[in-house]
Amino acid sequence: MKGVGPAVGSRSFVSKLRDGDEIARLITFLFAASVVLITVLLVYELWINSALARDKFGLHFFVTRVWDPVMDEYGALPFIFGTVMTSTVALLIAVPLGIGASIFLAELAPARVSDTLQFFIDLLAAVPSVIYGLLGVFIVVPLMRTVIYPALNKPFGYLPIFKGPSYGVGFLTAGIVLAIMVIPYIISVSREVLLSVPRDQREAALALGSTRWESTWKVVVPFAKSGIMGSIFLALARALGETMAVTMVIGNTPTIAASLFSPGDTIASVIANQFTEATGDLYLQALIALGLVLFLLTFVLNGLARLLIVVTTQKGSGMGNQ
Amino acid sequence: MKRTAMVLAAVLALGVLVWAQSALLINGAGATFPYPIYSKWFDVYHQKNPKIDFNYQSIGSGGGIKQVTEGTVDFGASDGPMNDEQLKVFQGKRGSAILHFPAVLGADVPTYNIPGVTAELSFTPESLAGIFLGKITKWNDPAIAGPNKGVNLPANDIVVVHRSDGSGTTYIWTDYLSKISEEWKSKVGKGTSVNWPVGLGGKGNEGVAGLVKQTPNAFGYVELIYAIQNNMPYGRVKNSSGAIIKADLASVTAAAAGAAKDMPDDFRVSITNAPGKTAYPISSFTWLLVPAKIQDAGKRDAIKTFLKWMVTDGQNYAEALSYAKLPKEVIEKEKKAINNVQ
Repeated sequence: MKGVGPAVGSRSFVSKLRDGDEIARLITFLFAASVVLITVLLVYELWINSALARDKFGLHFFVTRVWDPVMDEYGALPFIFGTVMTSTVALLIAVPLGIGASIFLAELAPARVSDTLQFFIDLLAAVPSVIYGLLGVFIVVPLMRTVIYPALNKPFGYLPIFKGPSYGVGFLTAGIVLAIMVIPYIISVSREVLLSVPRDQREAALALGSTRWESTWKVVVPFAKSGIMGSIFLALARALGETMAVTMVIGNTPTIAASLFSPGDTIASVIANQFTEATGDLYLQALIALGLVLFLLTFVLNGLARLLIVVTTQKGSGMGNQ
Repeated sequence: MKRTAMVLAAVLALGVLVWAQSALLINGAGATFPYPIYSKWFDVYHQKNPKIDFNYQSIGSGGGIKQVTEGTVDFGASDGPMNDEQLKVFQGKRGSAILHFPAVLGADVPTYNIPGVTAELSFTPESLAGIFLGKITKWNDPAIAGPNKGVNLPANDIVVVHRSDGSGTTYIWTDYLSKISEEWKSKVGKGTSVNWPVGLGGKGNEGVAGLVKQTPNAFGYVELIYAIQNNMPYGRVKNSSGAIIKADLASVTAAAAGAAKDMPDDFRVSITNAPGKTAYPISSFTWLLVPAKIQDAGKRDAIKTFLKWMVTDGQNYAEALSYAKLPKEVIEKEKKAINNVQ
């Protein structure tokens, strides 16, 4: 149990205690265990406090489209849809941009430029979300109504995703604001991962006659793939749970529509909006049940993303894992 | 150095002791809408009676009802009266009744942004219900154009804006719509959040105001105080006597006076669509929720004297903060009701 190898195992428990090894192990173990404990407690609390709603609606909660506090009828479907939709839009925009920027910063830019830009990116990551919400309200929303909507609706209006009127607020606006928010995470983490790729990998590729871009794209990036995926998870987690900025620009209407211009609502934002004034027991518990759904959604999406990594690394060049 | 530290510690300890002994702390929680006047009142009252200190957390009406029912605060506050079921739950948990005391009055006003229209529009109950039910979709609909002769209303689609957060403002608005429209009552109903047939949601008065200002052809509702403080244009509304009334502090007080005759003893009354020629129809009380039995004699006396002060001298602070005062009839009735706190 306590011994790791024969050399270590030969020392007595007491002497290890005296050295501090065992104490350090115990303390750090407790720290690590607290993460699991908090997660378990969180789920437990959400589970217990949503009993009424779970009993009443059961699995129908996931497929019901109505959210009516007056008639005490609650369903999560429009909110699940909105959460997935906005996060997907955000990642579709943020992933190519973020990874592109991190490749430039790590591989191509001079060190001084890279460090300076990194400073600004870290700054962006630290901006509170309400500021991004204001940015959305005052810049993205008017821009959406006057520039982006006509540009997409006129030529592509026959496509369901660009159909219908635009109020400025909606899925696309929320997705864009979320993308702006998560890009710094992707860049920051991906750049670190790319920088940590051993030098000899690059040099070997260059020695074999590849160009700089070939060595970057075919050797360095695949080497750092799992780390880059990690940065995307982080971005996804932030996008799924973001509340304030989304509430300010999504229109807060529980709708299920294919159009990106349609107003919608997300799980996090409806909880934030309605929790303080939720008077009925069932109403409150339905909101907590939504929290449970968000937890589940995050869990499932993370699982799917991890599965994606396993599948792609097996098919990949064999250098995928660092 | 050591001596300074000791003196400092002694002073601190003394300070804590004096503070703990002198101020009787009374905790309250609830509605956010009356928070500015409540904090003004509690501040002024504390200056006059240094031994009594109020601590009020504006966590929302729902939270206020919950906290006072759980007994974690001494009093609650709400923009909507507690319903019969909530009263029953309170009785069961705390073993006594809970009393409603109207504090001040508020109102909702319709606000809009129609390009090219600067005139002050008038709305009938039918047009308001029609717009919010999604039946009236164009600005030049006869129901809107009727009372606004001479205004050139465009044939544009109306963009309806409502509150996305649960709020007393929404309660007043939907309570009004439920009274004037059978269809609204049966299809949507009243509450701090409802299942809106149409429209976009904005968070808070500022969210609704922001969406209305930004979106051409938008129509929404905000609190009167918010509209006054931000110099927003807002429309007039036709009241139950057929008069078209602009909301202001006097017309809101008039609505309460009109309803005062039929005021039930527990003050749980909606004054939307109130009778009276000068009454503004989308008005409401906001209430303090006080348990009928308070064990701690010190707290009981403090709360009762505060309530008496609130309905008399306290009312003079209301208008400076854009809240409408309680009418005399209600104040007289309330003075008697304060004695029911035991």
